[in-house]
Amino acid sequence: MPSVAIRAQDFSHYFGTKQTLKKINLDVAENKILGIIGPAGSGKSTFLRALNRLNDLVPDSRVEGTLLVEGVDVYSADTSVAELRRRLGMVFAIPVPLPRSIYENVAFGARMAGLKDKSALTEIVIDSLKKTALWEEVSDRLHSSALKLSGGQQQRLCIARTLALKPRFILLDEPTSGLDPISTMKIEETLRQLKKDYTIILVTNNTKQAARVADRTAFFLNGDLIEVDETVRVFSAPSDQRTNDYISGRFG
Amino acid sequence: MTRLERKESLIRIALLVVAFSAVSVLVVITVFIIEEGTPIMVKYGFKKFLFNLDWFPSEESYGLLPMVIGSIMVTFGALVIGVPFGLACAVFLTEFSSKRLRRVIKPMIELLAGIPSVVYGFMGVVILVPFIRETLGGPGLSVLASSIILGIMILPTIISISVDSLEAVPPAYREGSIALGATRWQTTRMVMFPAARSGIIASIILGMGRAIGETMAVIMIAGNAIAIPRSLLDPVRTLTSNIALEMAYASGEHRQALFATGVILFVIIMILNTIANVTSKRRKA
Repeated sequence: MPSVAIRAQDFSHYFGTKQTLKKINLDVAENKILGIIGPAGSGKSTFLRALNRLNDLVPDSRVEGTLLVEGVDVYSADTSVAELRRRLGMVFAIPVPLPRSIYENVAFGARMAGLKDKSALTEIVIDSLKKTALWEEVSDRLHSSALKLSGGQQQRLCIARTLALKPRFILLDEPTSGLDPISTMKIEETLRQLKKDYTIILVTNNTKQAARVADRTAFFLNGDLIEVDETVRVFSAPSDQRTNDYISGRFG
Repeated sequence: MTRLERKESLIRIALLVVAFSAVSVLVVITVFIIEEGTPIMVKYGFKKFLFNLDWFPSEESYGLLPMVIGSIMVTFGALVIGVPFGLACAVFLTEFSSKRLRRVIKPMIELLAGIPSVVYGFMGVVILVPFIRETLGGPGLSVLASSIILGIMILPTIISISVDSLEAVPPAYREGSIALGATRWQTTRMVMFPAARSGIIASIILGMGRAIGETMAVIMIAGNAIAIPRSLLDPVRTLTSNIALEMAYASGEHRQALFATGVILFVIIMILNTIANVTSKRRKA
């Protein structure tokens, strides 16, 4: 059993009076891909956003229980939130590059963290673009606007700018929901490569994507974690009837 | 044509007439002040009119320079006060305040715009002018007093348009930046401001137009002396005050010269509004 990187213990989350996560107990293993599946409103994105405290941006957001990332309590008062967010890089459903150049997008996180040395920044930018297989496509126009890239390229740029933070984790929130099959394939391939160096959590609406990419898969429903197991087991012999119904397309 | 269709086209024509009559007012005003104001400028000489220091209508000397400089000083002063306050307030409301607080504060700021300008002038006369006279010296009626009052008067324009343009920035920009470990302030400075830049610039230019065009409050607190102020504590006369103060008794060439003052104001404000329109449109493109 590889070591545990993220551990949720009786972790609950509320928006106002609405409970969006109900006493989640979940371990995420190091250097693996955890897929999270479930219908809309199941709490899978909320769980992801609880990890890097992005839910804090929503007023009346509140948590109970504990959430440990590499043994450190995410919601403890002396956690540096900005530092936490650099450790858990996040990629969103709709790729939204900042309205700046390709270079500036990738360098953004490092700059905000206070890195000023130009050659070090450039090194990080090139390295991150290479890891997402974007380097060959954009190396000649690093300083043109990132908004000119195609949708698939923009999403890989967003992954690259996350990698530039030198995170330990990559959180992906339905990263291919707006992309064509070929771009999706490229991103899935990128994820398989990245697994060597990062622990990845992939929230997806596309159950087949979880089956293709994830080592373990968790199924969320109405804020409950129904089951989590090796992906092969979840898809071939789920222990809960509701999981079976969902992956066979009976609802969701 | 059915009865309903006929009614429809009648309504269409009626609304068209109403809409055009609103525009025609603009045309009438433009034509009127240009017709009244340009002959004297041509006769007296445009350059002399704009750059001569002496405004003695009784001696047929029409030099607008003190008023032009007065308007520029007071407007610039208003921006120095209004822009930092306005932008800070807009950033607080969009980036740092709770939704509940914003729902209370924003309507109150917009209410500021509804206060009649004579009331601002009154507050200036009663509170600000004596305060300046006693603490800083001079007559109190001054560039400084006008700048402060105008700075407050342009706040609603700057704040509400800046808030609108900051709110129009896609939330994903903010989220993306925060998720990359940027703080709220870094996000505001590096992402929100650049993305909302055109709207913010438009808000400043519109505020500037408001400050140049304001008349009543300025007459009450500026002192209205026809001389270029040597310090912020000296009295000042603006283009608008010049018209309002003298129109009542002016006749002949004097009256025409006041219309010419109006032409100059009109052109300045048209230019500012056009710049504001162009910059705020560029954002949508």
